[in-house]
Amino acid sequence: MLLSRRGRTILAAAMGLGLAFIYLPLLVVVVNSFNASQVFAWPPRSLTTRWWREVASNTGVREAVLTSVEVGLVATVTAVVLGTLLAFALARYTFFGRQSVSVLVVLPIALPGIVTALALRTAFQTFLGVELSIWTVAVSHATFCMVVVYNNVIARLRRTGTTAEEASADLGADGFTTFRLVTFPLLRGALLAGALLAFGLSFDEIVVTLSTAPPGVTTLPIWIFQNLSRPNQAPVVNVVAAVLVLLSVVPLYLSQRLAADTVTAGRL
Amino acid sequence: MGTEPVTMRWDPQLSGPRAGRRLYGALVSTQPQPDVDAARPAIRLRGLRKRFGTGPQAVDAVAGVDLDVRDGEFLTLLGPSGSGKTTVLRLIAGFELATAGTIELGGVDVTRRAPFERDVNTVFQDYALFPHMSVTDNVGYGLRVRKVGRAERASRTQEALDGVRLGHLGDRRPAQLSGGQRQRVALARALVNRPRVLLLDEPLGALDLKLREQMQVELKAIQRQVGITFVFVTHDQEEALTMSDRIAVFDGGRIEQLGSAADVYERPATPFVAGFVGTSNLLSGAAAEQVLGRSGTWSVRPEKIRLDLDDEPAAEAHDRSATGVVREVVYVGSATRFVVDLDAGASLVALQQNVQTSSSDVDAYRGRRVRLHWDPRHEVQVADPATAPTAH
Ligand SMILES: Nc1ncnc2c1ncn2[C@@H]1O[C@H](COP(=O)(O)OP(=O)(O)OP(=O)(O)O)[C@@H](O)[C@H]1O
Ligand SMILES: [Mg+2]
Repeated sequence: MLLSRRGRTILAAAMGLGLAFIYLPLLVVVVNSFNASQVFAWPPRSLTTRWWREVASNTGVREAVLTSVEVGLVATVTAVVLGTLLAFALARYTFFGRQSVSVLVVLPIALPGIVTALALRTAFQTFLGVELSIWTVAVSHATFCMVVVYNNVIARLRRTGTTAEEASADLGADGFTTFRLVTFPLLRGALLAGALLAFGLSFDEIVVTLSTAPPGVTTLPIWIFQNLSRPNQAPVVNVVAAVLVLLSVVPLYLSQRLAADTVTAGRL
Repeated sequence: MGTEPVTMRWDPQLSGPRAGRRLYGALVSTQPQPDVDAARPAIRLRGLRKRFGTGPQAVDAVAGVDLDVRDGEFLTLLGPSGSGKTTVLRLIAGFELATAGTIELGGVDVTRRAPFERDVNTVFQDYALFPHMSVTDNVGYGLRVRKVGRAERASRTQEALDGVRLGHLGDRRPAQLSGGQRQRVALARALVNRPRVLLLDEPLGALDLKLREQMQVELKAIQRQVGITFVFVTHDQEEALTMSDRIAVFDGGRIEQLGSAADVYERPATPFVAGFVGTSNLLSGAAAEQVLGRSGTWSVRPEKIRLDLDDEPAAEAHDRSATGVVREVVYVGSATRFVVDLDAGASLVALQQNVQTSSSDVDAYRGRRVRLHWDPRHEVQVADPATAPTAH
């Protein structure tokens, strides 16, 4: 599409404003993590790495990170297995009620987190009689992490269709060989992208975590939340936030590259 | 019936010129195939039916097909879109399960077998190459999953690629090839397995005219050299006529006519075949009575009809003739098509070579009174007068 010079100027300005609105606050967080002033006097008069050193030796932070990673991994693995199976069932087989099932699968991501949280907590405590633990948190996360895996995989399955698998069977490969040599390799990118997104979702979840975790279990976002209001902890919280900003970029970048990569590979 | 080893079929002496032997050496050497009986048809279909869907939306894609495909034959399934050609092919390959009927390959009933248990290979309409594998890995795939040793696999793959003149592109991905190159990779990938039967679903459909004609010649040459049975699907009647040993004309999930190109073209069995293969030039009912002096439905091919201005001297005495007015003149380069409304009521198309005439000359014929004449031997009755649908 061709735009007039004025049109382009306006668009560029709008884009600049939008990006600035999102990224300036993040930049401030990162800069403040080096701000020598405990109350974040702006502009910073001198810089220090003191807060970063403090975080490195803070056991609360370390435990919270560990918990988050554990929950994230369990939730991701569960989501990948279930989401992939569901995608296969819904993309490759026709059965009664298929349409309704496909809506039910994606619903958890549309539901307000607080509703999911409440429902899961009630289910665990009242119906199942399960004690809340790190596992209940992970399973709860899996309910919505599964959706992103499912969405990625089913999109790929729909796009690639079944001709490659038919060609494989035609050339003499049985079902398992076809899966190993054709279906899975074609799906790998979508699976990895889905897994990274799922892990990301789990990693910064708060509402569901709060209501399905037992008192002693603290994930990183919850630790931040708890320490946000304590003035003497502010610099440490700020460093954690800065780390998270930098860390989030990695899976996002990777999943985008994977998606792009496999799109070109999938084109025939 | 005695079982003859199929080594015979691969005998280089039987499989064409020396050049072919070098090019397609990978495909024509060794490997006896034990469970094959040369006297039996390569493919036998009996009462084959396939219904998609249920209830009011059910479609009978294949509605009762009986067909014997001879060993080493080039058989074409020709028919309009939706006539069931692809479905027949998919039934033979094993991608669809027949609703009724049986499929035999070399005398063995495979109706219920999975695709990987059938000794056929398919060249798909969209080629269905594996996008994540190199050209070499694509071609070697069938050998790999059949556990052929690494060294033999490499040499056979290379020979097959050389056979389709792509030996130098083995490291590319399918996405980096042109349409014609992909088509040849698909062909090599199927042929390298030395199947008894090769199924091709409009393999030339995506190619431009020039490449298409070139590939028609190559495909036919390869088929002669390797002696594999080809079942070839197309909806292009010219392609069918030039390539096939026999043609099965499909309509509505049934075979309307099975015969050689000459049979189908010169002696169409039904009005549908007359219309689909070539231009339908039908005379029936009153027009037939008046022009031909007989009842029934008759077909005369356009190139058999000569056309003169009405005031020119009359034609030879034994010719059939009819007068009419030129409604349409279509200049097609080497020839011109005249659509003539006969006084007797029907209209006929006459194809005249532009030997003396040019486009401006033929245009002058529009609206003129003309006389058509042809040798009565070229009149072909296409269906029983009782069952033929009456035109006009
Ligand atoms: N999987 C399917 N489900 C439902 N109907 C189908 C299916 N496959 C084919 N059909 C129907 O069966 C009929 C025959 O289809 P088929 O693909 O065999 O036609 P074709 O002769 O190959 O046509 P074309 O020249 O367009 O490829 C069509 O009416 C088609 O709509
Ligand atoms: Mg088709």
